[in-house]
Order: sequence, then structure tokens, then C-alpha cells
Amino acid sequence: MDARVPVLPEPFAAWFASRGWTPRAHQLELVRRGQDGLSTLLIAPTGAGKTLAGFLPSLIELAPLAAQGPRRPHKLHTLYISPLKALTTDIARNLETPVREMKLNVRLETRTGDTPPHKRQRQRAHPPDILLTTPEQLCLLIASAHARVFFEDVQAVVIDEIHALAPTKRGDLLALALARLARWAPKHRRVGLSATVADEEGLARWLLGASSSPLEGRGPGGGMTPDASGHAPKRKRQTSRLTPSPSPSPRGEGAIVKAPPGAQPIVDVLDSDAQIPWAGHTARHAMPDVYEAVKRAKLALVFVNTRAQAELAFQELWRINDDALPIALHHGSLDVAQRRKVEAAMAAGALRAVVCTSTLDLGIDWGDVDLVIQIGAPKGCSRLVQRIGRANHRLDEPSRALLAPSNRFEVLECRCAQEAVMDGELDGEQRRVGGLDCLAQHIMGCACGEPFDADELYAEVVSTAPYADLPRAQFERAVDLVATGGYALRAYDRYRRIIQDPHTQRWRARNAGVAQQHRMNVGAIVESEMLDVRLAHRAGARPRAGASTSTGQPRPLIAGRKLGQIEEYFIEGLTPGDTFIFAGQVLRFVGQRETDALVVPAAGAENPSVPSYAGGKFPLSTFLADRVRHMLHEPKRQKTLPPQVREWIKLQKRRSTVPAPDQMLIETFPRGGKHYLVCYPFEGRLAQQTLGVLISRRLERAGKHPLGFLASEYAMAVWGLEPMGDVDLDALFDEDMLGDDLEAWLAESTLMKATFAKCAVIAGMIERNMPGAARKTGRQVTFSADLIYDVLRQYEPDHLLLQAAFADAGEGYLDLKRVGALLRRVKGKIVHRDLAHVSPFGAPVMMEVGRVGVQGEAEEAILADAEALIGEAMS
Amino acid sequence: MPMLHRPAAKPARPRRKPAGAPPPMAIAGANVELRLGDMLLTALPEGALWLGEAKTLIVSDLHFEKGSAYALRGQMLPPYDTHAALARLQALIERLAPEIVVSLGDSFHDGGGPARMAARDRALLQSMIARCDWVWVEGNHDGRAAETLGGAVRETLHIGALVLRHEPAEGPAPGEIAGHLHPCAKVSGRGRSVRRRCFATDGARLVMPAFGAFAGGLNVCDVAYAPIFADGVTALVLGKDRVLPVASERLLAD
Repeated sequence: MDARVPVLPEPFAAWFASRGWTPRAHQLELVRRGQDGLSTLLIAPTGAGKTLAGFLPSLIELAPLAAQGPRRPHKLHTLYISPLKALTTDIARNLETPVREMKLNVRLETRTGDTPPHKRQRQRAHPPDILLTTPEQLCLLIASAHARVFFEDVQAVVIDEIHALAPTKRGDLLALALARLARWAPKHRRVGLSATVADEEGLARWLLGASSSPLEGRGPGGGMTPDASGHAPKRKRQTSRLTPSPSPSPRGEGAIVKAPPGAQPIVDVLDSDAQIPWAGHTARHAMPDVYEAVKRAKLALVFVNTRAQAELAFQELWRINDDALPIALHHGSLDVAQRRKVEAAMAAGALRAVVCTSTLDLGIDWGDVDLVIQIGAPKGCSRLVQRIGRANHRLDEPSRALLAPSNRFEVLECRCAQEAVMDGELDGEQRRVGGLDCLAQHIMGCACGEPFDADELYAEVVSTAPYADLPRAQFERAVDLVATGGYALRAYDRYRRIIQDPHTQRWRARNAGVAQQHRMNVGAIVESEMLDVRLAHRAGARPRAGASTSTGQPRPLIAGRKLGQIEEYFIEGLTPGDTFIFAGQVLRFVGQRETDALVVPAAGAENPSVPSYAGGKFPLSTFLADRVRHMLHEPKRQKTLPPQVREWIKLQKRRSTVPAPDQMLIETFPRGGKHYLVCYPFEGRLAQQTLGVLISRRLERAGKHPLGFLASEYAMAVWGLEPMGDVDLDALFDEDMLGDDLEAWLAESTLMKATFAKCAVIAGMIERNMPGAARKTGRQVTFSADLIYDVLRQYEPDHLLLQAAFADAGEGYLDLKRVGALLRRVKGKIVHRDLAHVSPFGAPVMMEVGRVGVQGEAEEAILADAEALIGEAMS
Repeated sequence: MPMLHRPAAKPARPRRKPAGAPPPMAIAGANVELRLGDMLLTALPEGALWLGEAKTLIVSDLHFEKGSAYALRGQMLPPYDTHAALARLQALIERLAPEIVVSLGDSFHDGGGPARMAARDRALLQSMIARCDWVWVEGNHDGRAAETLGGAVRETLHIGALVLRHEPAEGPAPGEIAGHLHPCAKVSGRGRSVRRRCFATDGARLVMPAFGAFAGGLNVCDVAYAPIFADGVTALVLGKDRVLPVASERLLAD
């Protein structure tokens, strides 16, 4: 490696000195690599000056240029991309300080969905030196006519929070966009800024592209070179055409630079004297201890896994808030203005605690947090580490975190997570295979911008990590999907959205109309249908004493102040009069008016129902699940557990059994006139829910007539009127259930239909505003994605979009991949106990059974319930 | 934890003004039978109406070629919607052997529909038309467009005391069978809701569900139904394999 001692040029050295700072080694390393035009993945803990490290090389390059004065030509030098709109604004603000203090005259601008059209136009004509933007805006720029001119001067692309983007569909689109950009600006270097991850090489490969020219050498400081061997795409080119040059790719010798880790965090698991509940997710028992911890801290972030838990924890903390500490609430459903207010109060040091969800996982640092409290199990190590990093942004001092498990299984999970953090272990991320829906969107975007050559574009696409293994035939199908819908019945050949120039063979959008249609639909974020929650009051109602309406007719309700947004499906489950907690208060639902859910305050109402489901939003990670299974079987590791939890495990051993880590326990027992089968796969709620559906179908065929099932994070229970002990369990849990049983279920699964709808939107088959459609006009809904799914599935079951939806189902709502892995794992390793009573492990599951009732596909049952009423009326 | 517990189901409150007694009807296997004017109607789970005495099959809002209408504008919906509706219709015709088939308007999604129809779909449709007396009632989307395919075109059709037209008349119209609105019913229970196509009736008149594969629906609680069903409406909901009558009180708005 280069032995030059990197020196910060003036005025940078002086600026560091004036602040009393010494540049850190990784910052200098990035400067050196920037000078050599090398790409870098910087892995650094929070507080390591990551963002400045990313921008320093650009600022140093720009400094002499900027000195040329305001009349120098406008050229885009550095493109910064972050997953959060708010982060671009925040980073721009932070960057302005050094720029101003060093009098650099660097032009610095943001471009997000909020940027007004006139500013966008100006940016296009006169690009700033540094543009801070989001992946979606990059896609939009690429889909515009003069993209090449706009991007050809780019020297550096900085991607922030790259670990959060890479494993998502937004990451797919970004990877494709970067490959396109590399065609226009072949010499640009990339800088990825990442938190600590398990698979560093995989992330580096994502940053640089999978088929980038072999990268020589191994870097310093433990840096690993992404190895291109075995990843060279097998490309078959059409012989009749010119062989296109492979897409240019940034150089990245020894691309990984790691900042020294910060001080080891101090993680405690709350060991409450209170009785630890068997089931549930509220951690109400732990709230007094949580409150005490808040009291001792300057500013605590109280993380929970769902908005429902956030609402509950917030209520509970205020109920016992005898010192009237300023405790606030922050989650994604709250009105933006409300969230901004909380953030500002945090920054101003006016708060002592904020109860929050993953909305505060990423990005901006508000205030001087010195304690992170996790309520409920963390579900995965990487997220926990990320959250812990929100406390104490000084590298030399340990971050402090407190885990508050809400039930006994979660005690085990928290303990395992604590061990893993101490061991410096993280969840292994699976390599993501790029979505075909995102590919289709990218192809359309390219056609809307500079017309593309199919060979060239294919070379570009397979140069990205997510699409490295994409066969040419699938690419051609995706092009056809964009052009004609990709149907075997060639019905739409005359309506092509993109057409091929007969001379140049290049593809372009058919007309300005379809290009505009595409630009309205860019991006991979498809929101679920949301309703505005608004306070309602009666028209003309005045709190006059003795005022009575002369007619019995109630005055119409008027929608008032907006409290926030809530998923439509939750409101659909409510009946007027139901109460729920939202935005920190108890509300009564009074009705729905177009896209508003109307509510009135209902302070003091008994037993409000709560938004969203009882479980966690994120399933238990495979890595953590594995640790829990091992801990259960190693008495030595249980010594630190609370006595009541140790006793519970001991009792389980006596009454039933505690399975070895590679086994799966199944218990069958009668209870209350019903017969239960409970298995303990520890594979997370999503996978076990899918398992529940499939096992129920099999039991139905076996004549056991199951009545319902329930999945928790750890176990799955199914019940019916017949004893289940005599079922052939090996056959019941055979992997072949992922064949016909799965097929049959997918045909009617609402989750599968929702997954398909999202793919159809991303791929441009359905317009973004379409799925719920036309509610506002009150006229006929034009069509629903469900109908399209039904027809497509019947007539063309191997259509590319159904393939895309199935691939998503493998990872998303249905977690099919994990079900498959589970079935393979337990083959021949099932331990069965036929019991007279429910076991200690089974009890928590039984308590949930009483709570949520029957899950699954109960549509016909709901209809039959509704019909029963008319049966009586008709007599 | 009690707070996570949803309160015990309470009786649903009325969403619209309380209706009179639901009209007399009978559940007959998968179907629901009701009397309108002087005729016994059978509502079929496929979304068609069977008039046994008149050997007449009625379907409404077929919206053939909706997929291609969208494709024309750049949204490539699957091109199988026409065929899917035709196949269901053919199965009904084979089972019931009607002497008369009435398509109650909006048979095509737009006036250009017949011209865009695939050859095999056209042949299938024409073979059905040839088997019986086929009546196209004019719709607001397609007008007389279907005329070119054979069959008769009527603005309205009278069968005994029944009046068949596409758009329901405003105000009382006893004996009317209409389409146009694509009625849908929403009911909730067990923590979620279900939305399905339905027949809508008050015992005096009836609105047919849309038959087309891609035809969306308009909730029967929408104000658009107010001038038609002044005293509440009963939904005959299309279940998976049977028709389920649901009373006014249980119907939810969107």
C-alpha cells in the first residue's frame, strides 16, 4: 500500500485545528483514497465522524475550483444519497458549517420530493457542486431526457446508511441507477457509509458492483477485497451484434475501511422483582423500573417494536409519572408537525424521554441521548446495536442500554441478544436477489431518459450485485413486460409502451404521455392505504346547558384537527363506539368519512382496543432464534436468568421436555373440550403463521377438522375437536407441504394478493394511486388488484409479476424461505410428547389463544356471521 | 395486557337509517330466491339472475375488453378478462340452457371494445349468441356497440311486470332490475372486514352485481343508492360458492 503520509491541505488542516480536532485515521484514509480515485466502503460506529469522512475528499477537490468565483461553470461534482428525506436536509445543514467557516464557496443543494418545480428546473440547468438527494429522485433524474449531460461530470457518489438501503427494493433500484450513472460518468468513485454489519464483503460488492473488474490487492486495517471470483456473470451475447463493452465500474482496490470500534456498550437486561408475565407484549410489569431508569438519565430513548406498544408504553409511563417528567411520543403514524415538534424539543434538551419506534432507528441525531431502553425483545442483534448506538455519540465512552423483556420467552431472547452484543456478533444478512418488478421499473425509466440498447443495458444490469445472476432470458422477459405487459397471448403488441428504433435498435418510450405516467410512479415504496385520524364534532354544536335538539336527528359530524394517520385495515376492523389509543390519548371511533377516520376523545374508557397486532413488526432473527434454542439446552448459560424463569424451564423439563437445539418439540394435549397441537420452532411469527395455515390444511385432510391456529414468535398452536396425538408428525411436517398445499393457499391468500399489488405498482402495471382507488370521488372503484391477481393466476400462472410476487412472499409477509429452512432442519428431529395437561412452555401460547381468537383466512366465516342475523330476522 | 385485549364483540350499530323488515326470500342451496313483481328470481353465486319461469338468464356490466382499454392508455392489465367472463357465462348457459340471455348494459367497457376483441373470444361469444335469444340492453359505456356481434339491442326490456334497464331510475320503480352501479357489500367481524360483490334489493326492485372480471364495485352504503333504496337495502352477497343475504344493519360503508 501507499506509504505517503496523507496531509490535510489548507484550509482544512487549519479548520480542524481551530476546532481543536485531530483528523481521525479513517478520515485521512478516505482523503487519500479519494485523491487516488478509489471507491470505499467506510464501516464506522456512530460518532466516528463518518459523514465528514465521506465528504472531505470532495470538499478538498472542490476547494480550488470554488476559488474561481461565482462565474465558474456549473458541474455536478458529488452526489449524496440517503434513505431519508430529512437526513439530506440535516446533512446539508451540517455541511454548510465547515463550508462557511473555510469560505469554500461550494454550491450545496438538496433535491427531494419537497423541492419546488422551479428549483428543480434551475438545478437541472445549473447543477450545484454537491447535490444531496434520495434514491427516488435519482431514478427520476435518470428517467429524464438530459440525464447524461447532468451526470457526466460526477466525480463522487456518497451513499449514506448503505447497510439499510442495500437489502431492500429501494436498494435494487439504487444499484441499477448507479450502474446507469457509471455509463455516463465512468470515472466516478463511490463512498458507502455504513454501520457495523456482519457481511462486509457482500456490502462492498453491492457498492462496487458484482462484476467490476477484478480488484487487486488487499487493503489495510483488516480491509478485505471483495472477491469477484465465482461471481463473474455468465453472459451469453447474441453473436449477430457487436459485443458491448461491459459497463464501466468504479475502481475499489481493498475497498473496505474500518474505523476503530467505539467503547464496548454496557447492556443490561432488566431484572425486575415483579412477576414476569407468561405472555403478552406490554411489559407493563417493568414500567416502574423503566421509569426509575429514565429518572436517572439525562435523555432516554425508549424503543418499542410497534406503534401499538409505543402508545401503551407512553400511557403507562405517564400514569406513573409522579415527577411530571417531560416524556414524549414519536412514531410513524403521528402527524408530521407533531413529530417535528418532538424532535425540536429533543434537540433543545427540553425532554427527558421519548417513546419511539423504528422512526428514530436511522439518521438524524436529536439531542444528547445517554440511555437507550428497549421494551420487548429486540428481535435481532443488528437492530439492537443500531439502537444502542443512538445513545452517547462519543466514541470513547460506552453507550448504555437497558433491555426490558415483556414475557418469559423474551427474557431468554434479551439475554441472548445481550451476549451477542458482548461477543460482537451480528445477524447474518442474506444476500438479496434483485426484484423483477424493480428491474421493470428501471427499464422503463431508462427508456424515458436516454434511449437504451438492450445488450448494453443487460451488461449494466448484471454488473450490479442484486442482479449479477440474472439470466438474459429473464431480462428479455422484463423488457417485454415493460413493452407489452409480457403476456403469452400477444394481445397488446400494438399498444407498446416502449418501442425499438428500427435503425439504432435502441428502445425509447412511445410518447411523452407514457413517460409522464412512469415519472408519477417512480420508487419502490408502496404505502398501505392510510386514513387520516381527525377529531370530530357535531355541526353547530355548542356546549350550551340544557340545549336539546328539537328533532331527534343528530347533526352531521364535522372533521376537525388531524391527529395522524392509521392503516385502513385497522379502522376496517372497528365498529363505531370502539375505543383505541392513538397519539397518546384514548379515542372513540365514531365513523369514517371518505379518507378520514373520525374520532372523539374518550378519556377514561375501559379496555381500549389498540392499533395493530399484538406481536412484533419484525420477526425474530434466525441468528437470535438459534442462540435461544441453544441457551434453553445449556443449564450453564441459564445461571444469570431470573429465578422465576429458571424455575419455569426446570418445570418444563419435568412435565414435558426441553428439546436439544437441533430438535423441535411438539406437544399434544386436551384442554377445555378441545385438543391442541403445539410446536416450538422459534422461527418468528411470520414463518409460523404460514406454517399454521399449511398445517391446518393438512390436518383438515387427515380428518382432524382443525378449528383454528395461532402463531407467536416462538410457537405455533393448532386446535380442534379430535385428539391430535395419533397424527403421523413426520408426515405432517414434511417439506412437501410447500408444494400443492402452498399453491392452493396462495390462490386465496389476502397477503399474497397484497404482495402482488405492490409488485404490480412498482413494475408499472397498476398506477400508484390505483389499488384502493376512487374512494374520494365516491364513484365506482375502477378495479382492484385482487381481481387482476385472480385472473392472471388462472390464465398465466408463470407470468413474470407472479414470479416477482412469489419471490417477495418468500421473504416478506409469508417468510416462505424460513418455513422451508425450518422443515428441512426438523426432518427426523421431531420430539413428541402426548400430555395430559398444557406444559409450562405451552401456557403462554394458550394465553394468546384466548386473546386473539381464530386467525387465518376467515372471510367466508365473517360473511356467514353476518348472514346469521338475517336468518333470525326472517325466521 | 388487558389493554391489548379487544373488547368483547358488541352488537353492531346501524350504519344507515334502520330499515323495515328485510324482504321475504328463501335460501335454496347455493342460491337465494326472492319474488319481484309476479316473478320468482333466483340469485346465483356466479352473480347472475335466473328467471326460471321465463327461462331467462340475466347478467350485467360484463365490461368486456376492459383490460385492452387500459392497455391502450399504457397500463398493461392482463388480456384475459374478456375470456374469463365469457367462460363463466358459458358454464352458466350450459348448466341452465336459457331460452333468453339478457346482458344488462355496459357489456363492453367502451365503444371500441368489440373491435379490439380477440378472434377466439369473438367466436366463443357468437356461438353463445347463436344458441338463444340474446338481448343487449344499452349501457352508458358502450351504447349500441355490441350490435355488430348479433343479438338484439334494446333500451329497456319488459318481462311480465319486470322492467330491465341499465341505469336504475330515480325514485320508486317497483319491478325494476338494473345494473350500472356495481354493488358491493362490506361486512366486518373477527377483527377484519370482507368486501364482496352483491345483488342489492329492497324487495321491490333489484340492482345486479357486475359480472366482468375486472369490474370494481361501489359500496351499497354509498349515497348513490339513496334515491333507489329509500328504506334500506338487503345485500345478497356473493360468497365463494353460495349467496349470503346480509341485512342493512350489518352493512358497512367503505
